[in-house]
Amino acid sequence: MNIHEYQAKQIFAQYDVPTPRGMIATTPDEAVANAEKLGGNIWVVKAQIHAGGRGLGGGVKLAKSLEEVRTLADEILGMTLVTHQTGPEGKLVQKVYIEEGADIQDELYLSVVLDRAAEMPIIMASTEGGMDIETVAEKTPEKIIKVAVDPAFGFQGYHGRELVFGLGITDKAEQKKMIQFAQKLYKLYMEKDAEMIEINPLIKTGSGDFLALDGKMGFDDSALYRHPEIEAMRDISEEDPDEREAAQYGLSYIALDGEIGCMVNGAGLAMGTMDTINYMGGTPANFLDVGGTANAQTVAKGFEIILKNPNVKAIFVNIFGGIVRCDRIANGILEATKMVDVNVPVIVRLDGTNAAEAAEILKNANIENIITATDLGDGAAKAVAAAKGEK
Amino acid sequence: MSILVNKDTKVIVQGFTGGEGTFHSEQCMAYGTNIVGGVTPGKGGQEHLGKPVFNTVKEAVEATGATVSMVFVPPAFVGDAVMEAAAAGIELAVIITEGAPVRDMQAAKACAVKNGMMTIGPNCPGIITADECKIGIMPGNIFKKGNVGLISKSGTLTYEGANQVVNEGYGITTAVGIGGDPIIGLSYKQLLQMFQDDPETEAIVMIGEIGGDLEIQAAEFIKENITKPVVAFIAGQSAPPGKRMGHAGAIISGSAGTAKEKMDALSAAGVEVVISPAEIGKAVKKVLS
Repeated sequence: MNIHEYQAKQIFAQYDVPTPRGMIATTPDEAVANAEKLGGNIWVVKAQIHAGGRGLGGGVKLAKSLEEVRTLADEILGMTLVTHQTGPEGKLVQKVYIEEGADIQDELYLSVVLDRAAEMPIIMASTEGGMDIETVAEKTPEKIIKVAVDPAFGFQGYHGRELVFGLGITDKAEQKKMIQFAQKLYKLYMEKDAEMIEINPLIKTGSGDFLALDGKMGFDDSALYRHPEIEAMRDISEEDPDEREAAQYGLSYIALDGEIGCMVNGAGLAMGTMDTINYMGGTPANFLDVGGTANAQTVAKGFEIILKNPNVKAIFVNIFGGIVRCDRIANGILEATKMVDVNVPVIVRLDGTNAAEAAEILKNANIENIITATDLGDGAAKAVAAAKGEK
Repeated sequence: MSILVNKDTKVIVQGFTGGEGTFHSEQCMAYGTNIVGGVTPGKGGQEHLGKPVFNTVKEAVEATGATVSMVFVPPAFVGDAVMEAAAAGIELAVIITEGAPVRDMQAAKACAVKNGMMTIGPNCPGIITADECKIGIMPGNIFKKGNVGLISKSGTLTYEGANQVVNEGYGITTAVGIGGDPIIGLSYKQLLQMFQDDPETEAIVMIGEIGGDLEIQAAEFIKENITKPVVAFIAGQSAPPGKRMGHAGAIISGSAGTAKEKMDALSAAGVEVVISPAEIGKAVKKVLS
């Protein structure tokens, strides 16, 4: 789960990670009132969406008067912001963060992520703050400092030294501030079960202080149960409504732009099914993994969600039962035909646990729209043919 | 021969008396797995499925001499359960549980390594040596004895691959589902080496997917160390690029983890790479004939 910049900064504040002061607003009036409360004579108006590249997209602007705060807030609120991470459809801006202006002397980069190969968190830092870190990694990889921290032993002095000397920080007071900054960020990463924290840029002010000017955080979904305060930060307007509805029923759904609806168990087989449909000349309309606990109700829900998409011309149900029992899926298909109007051909391939019982259930039900398939290749071929209107 | 487990392997089940634990333990026993007992804290002294239940893994190991544990403990407690197995001297923990917090598995894996315990999973179908021992949730009847080793990140693609191998008239020595979580136990490299060393295995099927760079590492390893023929499929060629908030995760390995990148690396290592999982069986036939 991802959160907004202003929420990340609230969490930073709890851990004493320094940030500029700021306040969230949903209307231009509120933006001006907040700017007044913050004081000063320069403010930054920042669009709050779950994507990077907001500045380049025109979602982050500097205001030098309260009137300018109003004009910019009015302009940014309600705009559809397109960045390299939103996709071409962009994202609607519903909130702006009003932040006090900062005296930027230097821009750095700092992040904490899991290093899957080392199997421990890694702190990455760079002097190339404010730039797309992927570009830095590609063009000047030597400018990225990586420090792996073993959670069994925690953040040690040498981790800090590697970071500050790597960043070329020579002033003793600044070194100390930077080391504490990184240490607090690591503590936060561990305690909140973060998946990644990224600060780009992390700035050095004229007075030699380090501030998180931006903040991105993502969390391990599997650990949210023990962080209700993070779960409460979920912004459902940032999530696809169909994906969200599917998730409530334990289904993992992603809409695509093809014609063949897919219902599969297991993410790997779901992707493999899409690959096979493509290979056979068809196009998948979605990714849908019914998960390990599928029952009649979840399968029916899956059909309902797939059929909401008007492009769907056929549905391919491809189940290889392990933890999922095929008889439950077969009953779900029958249930679905009662609950929703299944008006396209449904190609069904059920194999594995309780496949024989499932075949019996489908045979006895004798539903016209249902076409059975013997294996993956056969099912995909039949689905591609059905979507093209062939028998 | 086979790798890791066989008909003599003594297995305990952690989370023995729960719903999924019970259903799948029964299936494993019916397949022939030598399940010697189980662990459910607070139910020690009872009997379940005709086998003794213990309060702790330590008691279970002392009483039964088990060397392998099949773990069905719910996600919130699975890290603890794996560490308990490691401390009790279990040699291999097969972790079926889906949805384990990454931080917990990081600690559990580090603890396992320190104690010399191998792990498989989490979030995986388990391991099966055909006609001898099934430790996991795979439908056992599709795994017929033969000479092909199988390694897969995905559960259901493991079944799909094995089924096709069998339908082509071959069979499986051992199949291992390694799981697709960020932190996993045994991976392609270790298992490829085990299959290379297993005299009964004549070919290896390797099934991967997009994300991470384990398959790229495997490709390099195959080039240097594996002389047996390898067939590979990488799932997710048609997956749209994820809507990601940041790209920091991909920078560490210096690889974007796309299907194409992995397929190219495997092809360059001499692996028979198929475009659709429906072609796995035919490719095995090709490399074995």
